[in-house]
Amino acid sequence: MKVEQISVFLENKAGRLAEVTRVLGEAGINIRALSLADTTDFGILRLIVDQYDRAREVLKDKGFTVGKTEVVAVEVPDRPGGLGLVLQILAASGVNVEYMYAFVQHSGKNAVIIFRFDNLEQAIDLLQKEGIYIYKGEEVYRL
Amino acid sequence: MIRDVEHEAMPREDLEALQLRRLQAVVERVYHLVPFYRRRMDEMGVKPGHIRTLEDIRLLPLTVKQDLRDNYPFGMFAAPMDQIVRLHASSGTTGKPTPVAYTQRDLETWAELMARSLAAGGAHRGDIVHVSYGYGLFTGGLGVHYGAERLGAAVIPVSGGQTRRQIMLIQDFGPTVICCTPSFALYLAEVGQEMGVDFAKTKLRVGVLGAEPWTEGMRAEIEKRLSLDALDIYGLSEILGPGVAVECLEAKAGLHMFEDHFLPEIINPTTLEPLAPGETGELVITTLTKEAFPLLRYRTRDLTSLNYAPCICGRTMARISRFQGRSDDMLIIRGVNVFPSQIESVLMETPGVAPHYQLIVDRDGQLDTLEVQVEVDEGAFSDEVKQLQALAQGIQRKIKDYFTVSVKVKLVEPQSIPRSEGKAKRVIDKRPH
Repeated sequence: MKVEQISVFLENKAGRLAEVTRVLGEAGINIRALSLADTTDFGILRLIVDQYDRAREVLKDKGFTVGKTEVVAVEVPDRPGGLGLVLQILAASGVNVEYMYAFVQHSGKNAVIIFRFDNLEQAIDLLQKEGIYIYKGEEVYRL
Repeated sequence: MIRDVEHEAMPREDLEALQLRRLQAVVERVYHLVPFYRRRMDEMGVKPGHIRTLEDIRLLPLTVKQDLRDNYPFGMFAAPMDQIVRLHASSGTTGKPTPVAYTQRDLETWAELMARSLAAGGAHRGDIVHVSYGYGLFTGGLGVHYGAERLGAAVIPVSGGQTRRQIMLIQDFGPTVICCTPSFALYLAEVGQEMGVDFAKTKLRVGVLGAEPWTEGMRAEIEKRLSLDALDIYGLSEILGPGVAVECLEAKAGLHMFEDHFLPEIINPTTLEPLAPGETGELVITTLTKEAFPLLRYRTRDLTSLNYAPCICGRTMARISRFQGRSDDMLIIRGVNVFPSQIESVLMETPGVAPHYQLIVDRDGQLDTLEVQVEVDEGAFSDEVKQLQALAQGIQRKIKDYFTVSVKVKLVEPQSIPRSEGKAKRVIDKRPH
């Protein structure tokens, strides 16, 4: 039910992001989804890739600081109010969303949104009880 | 282990008597052989005969680096060239280097004191000593080299650079002792880690590290990563080179100065008044036995304090505390004195930041700014911005609390701060002068 996300520490310097994508590209790793959080000094690049272990290895080899986070991939109906529905379920139980970003790819008629929660188990539980589909890791990497 | 019990563990009373005899002799010598000292002493109305007690040293002139420059190149030598067998020079970062000279007896003394230093770290005949200090005009390499040979140890004179090759030699030749700068020791650890080397499996037992100030935190890091005991050694080319003072393995608490050859004082660097034992100030050293290049009351610019308390190792020689910086390394940021070593000590007690840092001093309008660049390692990295910002702010707050100076902490990628293979360059001062 959990998806492994790679995060990479980036200094705000020209070419750093390009370097990450180049390293991954050369290793034949496909980026499935990404988000970039930035501050004036540094950024955190968060990635879902098709080969987690390999990506981690090649990035570490190139000297990047790499972290691993477990996130949740949630199926969200691609229509007005779709995301709102999911967020309301979580808000009602006090689960906090640390951050979220959308998958580039659709899954059928639905959008896929990546969530980082403060309480991951509780969030999965709540959403599943409401009949919301949570993707398995393998499904996401292959999406 | 004490190599020379007779001298290193001499009762203080006897030691002071020996120091006085030697001080009187060196003052006599420089008065007659070095025109610079004769002129100074005449101006002050001091004659060699005025030195009747050790306290009378305060009658003598202080010597500063500029005096050596003014007498460039050989004006301070107290021996003719036919008695001099070696020249070295200080790493003059500004302008010309400062040459120093040694007679055959000076070299013997140096080798002996360096052998004492290695012995203080437990080194002995049968050990293999890996010397990564630079060989050449810099006193580090050759100084340690001859001391290790004097001790009867085998020397690997590898000098600086070629880090990966050095690690290969450490694995294959099995040195038990390593001598280098603390920043190079850390760099070895880091490159070794990249190469997948487990230093616990090498034969390294002790590191005798010096030539730059470092902190207890850095010691802990080096000891853990290289799996050895790390000891601080002190020396400066003007006084001798490495082997002026060293920590003992037993206490690791301050560096024993070889007082039978050097007479230390601590002075207030501003008023030049003497300070009491335990008080921190500038270290001033008089060489008691040097023939070719004797110096009276040389201002080292190194800030430390003297401790005359007996040591568990049995040495009676006074200890200088771990250096708190150099009076000329001191940064004045908006009127507050800051030493790089103070910032380092804050970083070392912050989990998750690598022991590599750089201080960037600049000026924004009329205001000095200090940026502390710190590498983020995996332990501290988070996928959440707020956590990383909290890390940076935590360091900022600590520095502010301890030293009342506001800094900006910038987290940078690993390996982005240049690594040193010699002395680390900790400060980049971009302020217009």
